[in-house]
Amino acid sequence: MSSIAVSTTINDDDVEFLCQPDETLLDVLRNRLGLMGSKEGCGTGDCGACSTIMDGRVVCSCLVLGAEAQGRKIETIEGMAQGSDLHPLQTKFIEHAALQCGICTPGFLIAAKALLDRNPDPTETEIRFWLAGNLCRCTGYDKIVRAVQDAAAEMRGEPA
Amino acid sequence: MSFDSAYQSRKFNSVGTRPLRPDGVDKVTGRARYGADFNMPGQLVARVLRSPHAHARIKSIDTTRAASLKGVKAVVTAADLPDLTDGDASLFAILDNCMARTKAMYDGHAVAAVAAIDEKTAKAALKLIAVDYEVLPHVVDVDEATRPEAPVLNETVFTQGVEPAPTTPSNVANRSEFGHGDIAAGFAQADVIVERSYKTEQTHQGYIEPHACVANCSPDGTADLWVCTQGHFVFRQTCSDLLGLEVSKLRVTSSEIGGGFGGKTHVWAEPVALALSRKAGRPVKLVMSRAEVFRASGPTSATSIDVKIGAGKDGTITAASATLRYSNGPYADMWAELGAMTSFACYDLENVKTVGLEVLVNRPKVAAYRAPSAPMAAFAVESAMDELAAKIGMDAVDLRIKNVAKEGSRSSYGPVYGPIGIGPTLEAAKAHPHMSAPLRKNQGRGMACGFWFNFGGQTCTDLNVNADGTVSLAVGTVDVGGSRASLSLIAAEELGIPYEDVKAVVSDTATLGYNDMTDGSRGTFSTSMATISAARNAIEVMRKRAALMWEIPPEDVYWEDGHAHAAGTRHGNRAPLSVKEIAAEAANTGGPVAGHSELVADGAGVSFATHICDIEVDPETGSSRVVRYTVIQDAGKAVHPAYVEGQYQGGAAQGIGWALNEEYIYGEDGRLQNPGFLDYRIPVCSDLPMIDTQILEIPNPNHPYGVRGVGETSIVPPLAAIANAVSKAVGVRMTHIPISPPRILAALSDDKGS
Repeated sequence: MSSIAVSTTINDDDVEFLCQPDETLLDVLRNRLGLMGSKEGCGTGDCGACSTIMDGRVVCSCLVLGAEAQGRKIETIEGMAQGSDLHPLQTKFIEHAALQCGICTPGFLIAAKALLDRNPDPTETEIRFWLAGNLCRCTGYDKIVRAVQDAAAEMRGEPA
Repeated sequence: MSFDSAYQSRKFNSVGTRPLRPDGVDKVTGRARYGADFNMPGQLVARVLRSPHAHARIKSIDTTRAASLKGVKAVVTAADLPDLTDGDASLFAILDNCMARTKAMYDGHAVAAVAAIDEKTAKAALKLIAVDYEVLPHVVDVDEATRPEAPVLNETVFTQGVEPAPTTPSNVANRSEFGHGDIAAGFAQADVIVERSYKTEQTHQGYIEPHACVANCSPDGTADLWVCTQGHFVFRQTCSDLLGLEVSKLRVTSSEIGGGFGGKTHVWAEPVALALSRKAGRPVKLVMSRAEVFRASGPTSATSIDVKIGAGKDGTITAASATLRYSNGPYADMWAELGAMTSFACYDLENVKTVGLEVLVNRPKVAAYRAPSAPMAAFAVESAMDELAAKIGMDAVDLRIKNVAKEGSRSSYGPVYGPIGIGPTLEAAKAHPHMSAPLRKNQGRGMACGFWFNFGGQTCTDLNVNADGTVSLAVGTVDVGGSRASLSLIAAEELGIPYEDVKAVVSDTATLGYNDMTDGSRGTFSTSMATISAARNAIEVMRKRAALMWEIPPEDVYWEDGHAHAAGTRHGNRAPLSVKEIAAEAANTGGPVAGHSELVADGAGVSFATHICDIEVDPETGSSRVVRYTVIQDAGKAVHPAYVEGQYQGGAAQGIGWALNEEYIYGEDGRLQNPGFLDYRIPVCSDLPMIDTQILEIPNPNHPYGVRGVGETSIVPPLAAIANAVSKAVGVRMTHIPISPPRILAALSDDKGS
């Protein structure tokens, strides 16, 4: 099969790549573009470790074809910090010990960012259901939920 | 200088605080490198061909068409991994499990593997391998496998541990027995006896990161392996043995690990990757798919357990016994033995006997899963304890307190306990507000206790004081959940310097002495011991350097609060010398300052926990929900309390999934029907409430700071605590884990029927 040429935007940068018609966006990110922060935990859209934001919507990049990125706007974990300034979610995940092994962390951060981008003041229940597509086997989710709550409060400008 | 590991009470400055972990930024920015995140020039992609049959003789394998496919660089079968195990049964089991030799023993058993220029070619090559199987009868259920009519998995297995020695082969590979006293006499004294049988289904550790490695065998006879593992030194030894390499020629680097929970203590595919690399003459990357992880890497045992407990009217247990049948997969191991040892470890019993039976079945080779074998035994025993309390008319916590093990008690598995925390966790549970909070309709509250041995083992650590006074700490235990933070705290504490001045790294196998793996909750326990020892050795060096700087005898220098002090009045009012000041002069006083330690960390303090949970059941659908959960556990000393809490919460969550939902489901054909996260459903964020924790600190007398391992015990009580809660909510005793909605509905309809 001949490759498809794709022009897209990843983390605000113009990016062009060639990919096979059956190649996933996750494989493109990891194997062609060196963006290995997105992880493959299942390859079937069940674990959320490969979560990315495409045109403002959280997607499992293992369920998106690389060719579908044409003309879209993709956000990955590598674009979350602004230079050396971490996003409040990243800071709060470290402060709250919201990661143990850390393999699910990029996916959780991406999903949580998409939540706070549209709902700056989610309830605990809203957080729990929004993040239900991301599996974590280490933490029991307690510290993850608290980190998201705390980051949301900080982003709203509330005193800690 | 000999190292004194005895506990000494002290005021801590660093230990017990909650600083940021050193690997945090890498992990929140996607920069941390896990097993699949490493590549080498010229690397090939490996794929493994797996048996579709639960039990089949391999009559022949024809790889010629696959090998001649353009882009395929190597094809291997068992013939490429000759048996070098020299009668070592456990090593042979690893070899045979990596690549089936004469028989495929389970659905998913590897039979051949390919290395090709890309994944597409490798997958195409697998389809060109022709395997001629003779399908054999199979058995996957732990009870069915023990029946006389069951197909025998291995004709060379005769039950060990029974007299006289059997003359016919059996799927029961081994019988073990523990206990003391006279249970017949004890049961004769009992006023009340509870006797019941329980089952638990097979679960998987469910780490989110699939197994992954990059193997590179060089033509010069050396080899490198990059791998996600809980123990790279152990992997080095096993892979060297299986490939006939000298240990020093194989360098193993552990990647960041995306969860293990025991499952990454075992070698699954690494020898295959090395064999492919050796044959192809190029680096080979092997990453399992999620389905392969479920089908071919280790789940825990399925179990069938009979428990009998007798007590007097006052609640004193007069006798207790259990028979525990644990599935092992196709190879004999000691999973039932561990269950038999842990069953009654929480209690001080006069008469106790447990029997463990290791049962071979056509399922994947069982692997360690967090306090391996203890949760199922605790489920059975702690369920029976609740029933006993109800029968006597006693409070469930009070019954346990009445019989609780304490310092000086002889444990049911042999040793006499030192200071232990089971009593304090029960007292804390009794006093906890959770215990007296009101319950709503269709809700039930359960509690249960749990025990785990903990382990110490061989440990080696290097501590280097740099020229600017900062410290580089090189450890050999893989960091599975924040141990670089806790070990940096330990080094800072012992040296008297700020946490931020210490940077801990996990060394590869070429740059540090042997370390046992991160298992048995030993990571922080044993490596903190070695770190304290290394720090004390470095302090000894610095004390001598200070003496040189001051030109006074070394015996006149003592160390306190991170400084060398001149003793007595003879040396005037010299200002103490800091680590930084001594380090700055190192080049002129004898060279680099370092402390090294190698030791066997004996005396891992046993660990106990008590959990409380509230469950709400929907009687219409049988679905259940955890509404409140509390973990109370003894940590000895919590080095980094946030990560101790994390261990408590994570273990509880895994136990909740095991108790309510997770199970391997096999079809009549012996094939696993749910090898994916969609159908093997682990708890998600919306399934769980916040998980409250209470850390108790009963110092371990065998560790300088009193530390006990904390990683595993938290998965032991949940199965029983949840079973007890659901049983109360529905009014029927639940005896089969997982307590899934169909089982709850069935129990409710049976109850109505009777």
